[in-house]
Amino acid sequence: MGELAWIEVALTSARPQAISALLRYFRDLDIAEEAYQEACLRALKTWPQQGPPRDAAAWLIMVGRNAALDGVRRRSRLTELPPEDAISDVDDVETPMAERLDGAHYRDDILRLMFICCHPDLPSTQQIALALRIVSGLSVKQIARAFLVGEAAMEQRITRAKARIAKAEIPFEAPGPIERSERINAVAAMIYLIFNEGYSAGPCADEVRGRLCEEAVRLARLLLRLFQAEPETMGLTALLLLQHSRHAARFDTGGAIILMEHQDRTLWDRDMIAEGLALIDKAMRHGRAGPYLVQAAIAAMHARALHYEDTDWARIEALYASLEQLQPSPVVTLNRAVAVSKTQGPAAALALIAPLAEPLGGYFYFFGAKGAFLLQLGREAEAKQAFDRAIALANTAAEAAHIRSQIDRLSAEVETAG
Amino acid sequence: MLYALLCYNSEEMVFSWTKAQDDAVMAKLGVIQDRLKAQGKLGPSLRLMPTTTATTLRKTDPPMVIDGPYAETKEQLLGFYIVDFENLDEALETARALGEANPGGAYEIRPLRLFAPGSLGAAAAGAG
Repeated sequence: MGELAWIEVALTSARPQAISALLRYFRDLDIAEEAYQEACLRALKTWPQQGPPRDAAAWLIMVGRNAALDGVRRRSRLTELPPEDAISDVDDVETPMAERLDGAHYRDDILRLMFICCHPDLPSTQQIALALRIVSGLSVKQIARAFLVGEAAMEQRITRAKARIAKAEIPFEAPGPIERSERINAVAAMIYLIFNEGYSAGPCADEVRGRLCEEAVRLARLLLRLFQAEPETMGLTALLLLQHSRHAARFDTGGAIILMEHQDRTLWDRDMIAEGLALIDKAMRHGRAGPYLVQAAIAAMHARALHYEDTDWARIEALYASLEQLQPSPVVTLNRAVAVSKTQGPAAALALIAPLAEPLGGYFYFFGAKGAFLLQLGREAEAKQAFDRAIALANTAAEAAHIRSQIDRLSAEVETAG
Repeated sequence: MLYALLCYNSEEMVFSWTKAQDDAVMAKLGVIQDRLKAQGKLGPSLRLMPTTTATTLRKTDPPMVIDGPYAETKEQLLGFYIVDFENLDEALETARALGEANPGGAYEIRPLRLFAPGSLGAAAAGAG
């Protein structure tokens, strides 16, 4: 790895802690970001010569803070009547700086930084964009590319989102336990959104978009490092790792979706699977499985099966049933139906999804699964109808192509039969 | 003398490496490991999962199980090598070479007091 690439990684990994400390100090996101930016420029100048500091985040916080304070002082000298109050305020807060850096607050600070990105007033796409900009440090250009919009439009979207959270005034005091766990939940949901954005991107998609899954894993590990005893954060991290472990096997060279039953399992990333399983193991000890942990346990059932035929569908069905209890939703029922089709056959699965036709009437996967069940029952004409509907609802070219290949196979079979 | 070369680094950083970056570092380290192996100086070596996977049993009465690593430090223990060297100089020389391949952090060189090879053998190689 080249020296600059290494420094870049060091800066990125120190970013959440550095910005959240600077935000606590200056109470202004723009100043905090500018201060961090300035510190990064200085790091790029001095680190190659002097070597990296032992604690990159602390270095960036100190240098960034001093640089921003210089700016404040310079600006205040230029005004005719120096705003003495502002300066003495700044001096007042300098003393406890060292204490602030040594970590008593840093967990809640980083959590706060992540939490402001998922303000409920912000639509989910803005939450993701903001988190990628502020927490992950992706450039506006990169984020724009990931969302397939123009740079100016994304710039505007982020600026607007920032203006909105500036008004929200989330307090800097350490949150109480209930508030803290609410924040952790909101941040976990936001991380999951980032992951899904990358997961659904399809193959050979934009480089940045493809990296969103890795970024989500990184953020999940960060959240877990901050609050190590949260079983749901363990579950989330495990879920993302287990889903992402299959990334090299999910698409063929032409970009078509490869269903799990046809994936080359030797391509699954064993390191990610091992880490995911270790986290589930730890989380289970807490004895109260939440939705992320149950979903991770389902993903683990697939990861544990060396061959598709080894998959323990009965256990998966039971896990989906408990997920239904925890988080009732038609999508979960649809997933349970897939497991039911394996354990009890396609007729039972079809009966189970019949009531979902209305709530999932616009859902690609509903018609994909329905078509597959019908096909297994030999009801080709109805299967084709369902597949046609699925194609119309497909979100990506790969999804549409996958269904089309099923229809092709269907008509091929009909022809041979005829 | 047998030494443990304990590898400390910011796991936040190491686990932010892309696959390509990780592979590049491992390839460079591999060159040094191969040399040591050829010289018959390399014992078991291993990489640890992130501290988020760690569980700690505190030997209080009754013992307490805590999620996370025993010590919270700026740099974390991420792995170690067991090596057989003539002296500290040789150990330091190797640590320097490893350090060039793997930026940031530190190697702690600790002479071993006891080395029991155990019964895992080659079956455990690859771990996970």
